Amino acid sequence: MSILVIAEHDNGSLKAATLNTVTAAQKIGGDIHVLVAGHNAAAAAQAAAQIAGVAKVLLADATHLGHQLAENVTPVVVELARGYSHVLAPATTHGKNLLPRVAALLDVAQISDVIAVESADTFVRPIYAGNVIATVQSSDAIKLMTVRTTAFDAAATGGSAAVENISAGSDAGKSSFVSQELTKSSRPELGAAKIIVSGGRALASSEQFHSVLEPLADKLGAAIGASRAAVDAGYAPNDYQVGQTGKIVAPQLYLAVGISGAIQHLAGMKDSKVIVAINKDEEAPIFQVADYGLVADLFTAVPELIAELNK
Amino acid sequence: MKILVAVKRVVDYNVKVRCKTDGSDVDVANVKMSMNPFDEIAVEEAVRLKEAGKASEIVVASLGVKQCEETLRTALAMGADRAIHVETDTELQPLAVAKLLKALADKEQPQLVILGKQAIDDDANQTGQMLAALMNAPQGTFASKVELAGDKVNVTREIDGGLETVSLSLPAIVTTDLRLNEPRYVKLPNIMAAKKKPLDKTTPAELGVDAAPRLKTLKVAEPPVRKAGIKVASVAELVAKLKNEAKVI
Repeated sequence: MSILVIAEHDNGSLKAATLNTVTAAQKIGGDIHVLVAGHNAAAAAQAAAQIAGVAKVLLADATHLGHQLAENVTPVVVELARGYSHVLAPATTHGKNLLPRVAALLDVAQISDVIAVESADTFVRPIYAGNVIATVQSSDAIKLMTVRTTAFDAAATGGSAAVENISAGSDAGKSSFVSQELTKSSRPELGAAKIIVSGGRALASSEQFHSVLEPLADKLGAAIGASRAAVDAGYAPNDYQVGQTGKIVAPQLYLAVGISGAIQHLAGMKDSKVIVAINKDEEAPIFQVADYGLVADLFTAVPELIAELNK
Repeated sequence: MKILVAVKRVVDYNVKVRCKTDGSDVDVANVKMSMNPFDEIAVEEAVRLKEAGKASEIVVASLGVKQCEETLRTALAMGADRAIHVETDTELQPLAVAKLLKALADKEQPQLVILGKQAIDDDANQTGQMLAALMNAPQGTFASKVELAGDKVNVTREIDGGLETVSLSLPAIVTTDLRLNEPRYVKLPNIMAAKKKPLDKTTPAELGVDAAPRLKTLKVAEPPVRKAGIKVASVAELVAKLKNEAKVI
């Protein structure tokens, strides 16, 4: 068996999600190759070559792959995939955008959001917002799957695989990149943070969302997340959203501030190691999953918490 | 310009589903069913494009059991012009759905196909991308803004880390994210009017599509329940617990 892992990268660097996906590939077992498709992406390819357990890195480098548009990356993956038993991508917005397009052209099913590998053809995945865990078996010749990164540890580095240049195909000519607006932050990435401070509708305004949570996040070196209600209300940017349809996170410590705990939100954070909830409604469902609950007004509790941490 | 919208009938988002006692499947008998929330957003977006004079006709399709008719009637009441029901009792997986929608697109020749980004039952997030591949068309997934501009559509996408805008040649596929719009409430007169709108029926066999599932569900189970912990009385106690007991700070 040989497994192709599609790297998550921004040309200059490799994203941590790739490391978790390589670990999932190791659970299946077999030679692991990593595809880096991009433009001027040698640095990302070098980083991929250093992942322990990777046998080879394939670099498809061309202008039309610079923004990794699905229309242009798909032919590269389809061409390669026929030589592999499994193709894995992280279940990030990039992986979710790309892999089903590849699957359809290969005429195979895709298994989304794999959280465990039972065998080479049997995998475990959540459905219904994580309220049900399904074990599914694929009879397709090539198994395509996206991997829930929080369910697998990051692979170690220290390897030294060879980097091989491969054909990058040509521009499909159907789509073009216009612009990107990335949230600028000096805080850790939500998906990789050890501590997350997450805010809900109770913050009541965008101004308060930031003025109350940011000092706490800075004190803890934490990433900031939000419930869907807070994002819908415009208190926080969309990429802060934790939940069934947002980001799935599993930090060491998840601090839910003014979040009631709808099942769609719990689906995104209930695998966190320790959950703390601060909410003035003692009946809030978030307390049913919290290890430590504090029934209090967040506007007094959060400043007190910062003061206590400063002691 | 014609728009094709696909809608799925799913267990209502407020229902907490249970597994059957034999673990073979999820028990959906006698639970409330609704249109997949992302698909409601898809219908709404199509209706707004028509109201803005940018689309001429909205065709809405649903695939599955007889009761999908109800979902289609809801879409018609929201403002779609006509409906197509691909009726089957077979379990439809995303690849089969994409093939069936491709067959419908071949007949209808829409310039834009709008779908929800994922269904809240199987949480697959695949169908739109698969359909785009089969139609050899570009895709704007997880859309938070859709702007038609001549023979192109500009789609702003919700991606990890922020937003990305791409320009796609028509025909194109768009899948909706939560912030694209807020679907309207359907009013009674519209529900009555929707009963008179055309609803055509077809089947996978008539469309020449093999819709057999590719993945076999071996078992389903409920995840281990996370136990509620303790309530602390003060911020000081919370910090002490986090430091000394949980050792996470």
